This record gives sequence, structure tokens and C-alpha cells, in this order.
Amino acid sequence: MLSLRVNRKMYSVDVEPETPLLWVIRDTIGLTGTKFGCGIALCGACTVHVNGEAVRSCVQPVSQVVGKDVTTIEGLSPDAQHPLQIAWREGDVPECGYCQPGQIMAAAALMAKNANPTDADIDRRITNLCRCGTYTRIRQAIHRATQLAVKS
Amino acid sequence: MAVIKGMDRREFIVTTLTVGGGFALALTFPRIGVEAAAKVAKIPDKPWESLVGKGETEINPWLVVAPDDTVTIRVAQSEMGQATFTSCSKMVCEELECDWSKVRAEYASANRHFRENKVYGRMATNASGGVRMSRQYLQQAGASARERLMAAAADVWGVPRSELTVKDGIITHMPTGRTLRYGQVAMKAAAIKLPEEPKIKTPDQFTLMNKPTHFLETPLRVDGSVTYGIDVRLPGMLYAAAKASPVFLGKVKKYDDTGVKNRPGVHSVVEFSGPDIEAGVAVVADSYWHAQTALDLLTIEWDEGAHGDDTSEKFLNMARAALDEPGAQVVVKKGDPDVALKEAAKVVEAVYELPYLDHAFMEPMSCTAHVTADRVDVWVGTQKPDDALLDAAKLTGVPQENVYIHNCFIGGGFGRRNYNDNVRQAVMIAKQVDRPVKVVWSREETTRHGYYRPMRVARIQAGLGPDGMPVAWINRVIGIDQNLPQDTAQTVRGLHQIPYSIPNQRFDYHLRQTHVPTGVWTSVGRSQNEFYLESFMDELAYAAGKDPYQYRRALIDGNPDFPRAKSWVKVLDTAAEKSGWGKKLPEGTGMGIAIGDGRRPGVKEVTICTVVATVSVSKKGEVRVERFDVAMDTGQFLVNPLAAERQIEMQMVMGLAAVLSQEITVEKGRVVQSNFHDYPLLRATEMPEIRIHFVRATDEPIVGIGEEALGWVAPSVCNAIFAITGKRIRSLPLKNHNLSVGAA
Repeated sequence: MLSLRVNRKMYSVDVEPETPLLWVIRDTIGLTGTKFGCGIALCGACTVHVNGEAVRSCVQPVSQVVGKDVTTIEGLSPDAQHPLQIAWREGDVPECGYCQPGQIMAAAALMAKNANPTDADIDRRITNLCRCGTYTRIRQAIHRATQLAVKS
Repeated sequence: MAVIKGMDRREFIVTTLTVGGGFALALTFPRIGVEAAAKVAKIPDKPWESLVGKGETEINPWLVVAPDDTVTIRVAQSEMGQATFTSCSKMVCEELECDWSKVRAEYASANRHFRENKVYGRMATNASGGVRMSRQYLQQAGASARERLMAAAADVWGVPRSELTVKDGIITHMPTGRTLRYGQVAMKAAAIKLPEEPKIKTPDQFTLMNKPTHFLETPLRVDGSVTYGIDVRLPGMLYAAAKASPVFLGKVKKYDDTGVKNRPGVHSVVEFSGPDIEAGVAVVADSYWHAQTALDLLTIEWDEGAHGDDTSEKFLNMARAALDEPGAQVVVKKGDPDVALKEAAKVVEAVYELPYLDHAFMEPMSCTAHVTADRVDVWVGTQKPDDALLDAAKLTGVPQENVYIHNCFIGGGFGRRNYNDNVRQAVMIAKQVDRPVKVVWSREETTRHGYYRPMRVARIQAGLGPDGMPVAWINRVIGIDQNLPQDTAQTVRGLHQIPYSIPNQRFDYHLRQTHVPTGVWTSVGRSQNEFYLESFMDELAYAAGKDPYQYRRALIDGNPDFPRAKSWVKVLDTAAEKSGWGKKLPEGTGMGIAIGDGRRPGVKEVTICTVVATVSVSKKGEVRVERFDVAMDTGQFLVNPLAAERQIEMQMVMGLAAVLSQEITVEKGRVVQSNFHDYPLLRATEMPEIRIHFVRATDEPIVGIGEEALGWVAPSVCNAIFAITGKRIRSLPLKNHNLSVGAA
């Protein structure tokens, strides 16, 4: 049994220590907002926060996050009112939407460190893939979110 | 369209181009309803569940009215990024005259579709057909419901219908000012039969459509609550990881599961095979991770059949050889092209070659099935839930009325999810398991078991007259497909009526069969055929010493046989003007143009589109697409310009990734590529600026939006590369070409 803290809640999970965090989150705990895309840390659809850092959970052994704070898209905000989520809705950013939880989590980790990232900062720090090509709208939404964050 | 800078961001201002005095709109779109939408479910997060509660009244199969006036629309199209829940709801509500802020949407039931004589019309989502093929009956459903609600109010008051008006779901008796809400008369309306069906609105009467509308789908997609097929969770559910024969059409010879059965969480190891199912083995376990890691350890011996040594190189050589073989099927013959070619002042000839491509969407393939003796349930994101139902019924022997397909949101379809092979596989696996089982494919399995865009080889010979204009065009295309002859349409798509005035033409084709599964890939055949048609048109312009834009323009404008020549010219001119065609560009930068429509044999609608690519090529040969200018005909209307914009952007990105770096190759009978490292998607750093210029160039509805821009990405980019480097690209992807200065 491992003890995990996910979205400020404790879970006891009966999994092998090498199990990737992604599958513990999705199959064991049942939070499916974190997506499986490639399984080899290339696409970023599985991005979650571990102690505030953006981490690709598909290659992160669950044993390494014991005692740390894990946050998934479901825990980013209690009422989906994180400035990024508001900006994402305003701009209707997602198309198929499958990569978007990962994009938002990567953006949230960036914003926590850099309150006003430039396009270059965004491109450097967010390497998540989007098959529908929402990259430009993601950049615009991050800029909008930084404005909203200042206001609130 | 462009967002005008300096406006209050709370107002989303969209301008539509005015071309020839036709279509001028300045649409203000205040941020109404967005935050409300975040709090109230507009779409069920488990998409197979209904939002409709007790006390709500179904007026017809398409819509339900609640006592509080909430309207729930049934959507028979699959949502995979095109915001079809919003568009389909708009088509109904355009007539219903309800309050848009109270509209919800949910999937229509494929089970009910069959039980009630195909009540939901067309349930397939493909061919850019969501709007084109369902708008009239969706409008009719909305209009019919509105008239029954009005008739019910007229009954309540004992007044004639003609004295009533309705707006936002509130019915007013004009002489007295009394009002009734839809929610108050819904039950009564449900019992009313209309003496005759009302007429539906014509596009000039639209008040809801033709304006940008925020997507009902968005809120679910920003908090992780939306359920894709791969996210399905059911009580008692098991997970399966599957491996199908690496060599297509192979069989399982034997496998040894002794070392696997005792691994943690493993429930069973099962084989699957059947009609239109790639045979293989699956491990069933209590989690996907347990299933997949056990499967990876399983030794399977395959019977590779006759194709274990096949390669894509071999297929390519077969297609090259076929160019000179007799007996080609003729698509178009006009004049005497052989004589005209012989007598031409100048002859230009080229061979173009294109690889297999995968759909490479973000959500790997999956399907969840629960098979019992008298009932089958399937949870899956599919472009064809109706076909999925028929397949599941056939494979289990369970009557259709007891088969339920629970369609889900789809993390990208692009044509791949038309085939339901994942459904057939999951049903065969679930037949051997006494609980619901979710089958998940790894990314590698998803990449190596696609229905690929077919390879293509084409040769064109053209003769130019003394004025440099073409007098003959002889075009042979070789289609390489698994399923003959069904794929003829894909091989010849768009060849039946080219827009250019060329007096002598022959288009013909051969089909050659391989064992590699092929299917539709957004734009169906046009991403191949338009690549060589529009690249070769560029070759002719240069051979004639003419500007590629003006050359095309002259050939279209002067085409007496082409009914939409003026409309084409309008779109072409818009693209040239907006892109700054002909302006001086820095060294190493150039522009390429390509034009087309979505013509399909037997379909009268088209969508005329021109793409101008502004590209730079470094001395080292690195290609960067800086900008796409896309001019597209809106026809009479767009259901949701916001969704149209997004779909065009998606096509630019999809097309560009394929141009730059994507190809599926075959070695030893199996696909080589496996994941995003060897089948790359476009990255944020490669993202071009995309400017979309909508034009009203025709006065009819267009054929659609979903795949009407993609075909012109490859030729516009490659034509720009020629303008910069003088190198003509006749095969893709570009990663196989050396474009550095000095390279051959």
C-alpha cells in the first residue's frame, strides 16, 4: 500500500511501486481528466503537478511521488475558475480537447513561476503537442489569464 | 476573419470581408453565457447519459422542453473537435425560437435510431456532411416543434395562431399582451398534430446561424470532466491490452501464456479474430498497466501469411510500373489529348509520389464492451455509431434492439474512427469475459494498426501552346489500396472536373492492391490529387514564364465550361490581395498558391478555397511556413463562423505536419513507425500564423468546412519552396529532401 496525496486528498493505493503515476491516477483513483497520449513523455497529455512542477505522469513511477503534492486538472480549481480556465472558455481554445488538460496544467505551472510569460517563454516551457493546432489560441489564452490573475 | 486589436476583450469582434459588395457583416459578440456555462452542465460529462429529467416533455425525437424552459437537443453527429453539438443545436434552435442560453445538447441514441425506423436520419459523421446532410431536417424538427408549442398556446387562450408571436421561448398574444412560456405549454404541445408541416427558414431569414457562437462543448474540456471513449469507467470493469498481427492479414499461430497468467492483476489471456478484425491476442487484467505490461511479456507466434516480406518500396515500384500498363479506367476524356500533346509547342511532364499517412490523433484507440446473452453495451467514440451497432449485433447474435452504442467524445477522428475495427475487436474480447472490459491500444498499436491514407503515384503530361497556355493534359493516377474496388472514389476524387480551361484532357487510373489497410484521411483523396494537380499547374506557369496566380486566373476566368468560374476568381483574387501576392519579400522567403473546391461526383455543392503559403527556406535548407492566408467561400451562410475558423486552422496544421515530416513506411509487411518520435506532429514552435478570409463568392450553401482547405496546404507550401529555391518538390515529406544551398 502506498499513500498518495492527490488534489489535497489522501489515497491508499495497492499498486506496484514502479507503476506510472498516470495509471494510478486514471485507473486506481479514477480521475480521468489526465490523459494517456504516448506513454513515453513525448506529448504531454498526461501532465500533472508534483509539488507545483509540471510532470509527465506517464513515465513517473508512483513511488517517487509518495509524500509529495500531486495536482491534476480536476484539482486545479475547486470551481473551474482558475484564470487559465476562464481564459480558455473565453477564447474557446479546445477543438477535440484531448490534449487540453495537459496544456492547462503545463501553463499553470509556468504561470506560477512567471506571472507574465512572453510567447517565447511559452514556447520554451510548454512543449505539449496539440493535433488540432490550437497553439496560437493557447498563447493568447495564457496572456489573457495573466491579465485576469492580476485583476483578481 | 481577424480579431480587431484594441477592442475591449470582452467583446469578440469579427469582421467578414466585403468582396464585390456582397457580404458585409460586423458581428459583435458579447461574452454572454460563458461563465454561466461554466457552472451549468450544457452537455452530460458522461456523454451517453441523458440530461433529461422527470417532468420534461419530448416534443419530437430531436428535442425536449423542461418546465423551466430548458431545451435539450439530441445530436446525431459525433463530436471530435468540430463543435458539432453547438452547430447541430443551432440548426434546430434557429427555427425553435427558444432562449439559446437555456439550450443543452446530448447524443441521440443509435439504439432508438434503429428501433424507430432510422429516426435520426444520418448518424455517420464524415464527408464534411454534418451540416450539408442534416440541416434541412434539423430545421424542420425545430420549426415543427415551434408550431406545436404555438398551437398549444393558441388552444389555451382560445385564440387563432395568427395572433401569436414568439421570441426566446416566450409566446405573446399580441392583442392582449398575455404571455406563456414554452415550458408551460410543452406537455400540451406534445399531443398536438399539425395539419401540415411548416416551411423552414431560408438562409436570408437566419437570426442565430451565420453568427459566431461560443461552443457548448468548451466548459467540459477545461476541467477534465468530459468523457472520451478511453475514459469510460464502469462498475466491475476489467481492462484489456491488445496486440493484433503485426503483419496485416496475419493469424495467431500459437502463444504461451504460462509466464503471464500469474502476473499481478491478470484475469485471462484471450484470442480474437473474425470478419474485418485483425487477428491477435489480448491480456485482460484489473488495470490497463497490468494488462499492457503482461502483454509485452507474452510470446506470440504469428502466421504472417503471404505478406511477411512486403515493403512500401515494393509497392511504390509496383505503382511506378503501373504508369505504363494498359487498360487504365478513364475518368475524363475531352478532345484528342494525344494529338494535341504531339503538336504542342512545349511539353512538360512530371511524376508525383506520396506516402501512406496515419491519422495520428491524440486519443489512442479504445473501446469498452459488455456482452451478455441477451444484451450488448458498447462505449466508444465512433464516427459511425449506427454501423457499430450493426457490427456488434452481428458478431454476438443479439438482436439489434438489445444492442446499445454509447457514443463518447472523440479525441480526434480525421476519418480513422469510421471503421469500428476497435468495436469489433472489443466485442470479440468481451464475449470471452463475463464483465465489462475496456480495451485500450498503446500508442504503438494505434500507429501500427491504422486505416492509412493510401500511397499515390501520378504522372501528368501537358502540352503548351505558343502562348504558354495548356492545350493538352494527360493524367494517370495509380491508387494503392487494400479494398478494391471500393477505393476508386478516393483515387479519382476531384479529377472529374478541373476548373482550368484545357481543350484536350484525359484522366485515367489503375488500382493496385496491397495488404495494408487504407481508409479516408481528412479531405479524402484530395490531399493526394490536389498536391500534384496544383503543383503541376505551378510547373506549367513557370514553363510559360507567367505568374502562377495570374496563370491560374486566366485559365479559370476564360473557362467557358466551368459554371463557377467567376466565384473561383473572386476567392483567388481575395487570397492574392490579402496575402500581398507579388510584393517584394526578403531573400529566402517566397509565396506559393493553390486553389480548389470540395467537388465530389454527384454532389452539387462545393466550397471554393485558395491557400497562399508564405514560406522561408534557410541556407541550410530548413523550411519554415510563416503564414497561411486562406480565402474560403462561405456561400450563403456558415452555421457557426467560430467553428469554421477552428476547422480551417486544424486543417492547416494537419496538412503542414504531413508536408514536413510524416510518412508511414512498411518493412517486413508491417508498419515501421510507432509513436510521436518517428511520426511527429506539428510543434508550437513550428506553428505558422493563419489568416482566414471568408468571402461570399457563391449564392448557395457550401459543401462543408471540415475538409475543404486541407488539400491546398501541400501544393501551396511546395510551390513557395520552388519560388525560393528553384527546386520542385514532387514527393513528400520534405524531411526526405535536401533543400540546402548547393545540394542537388
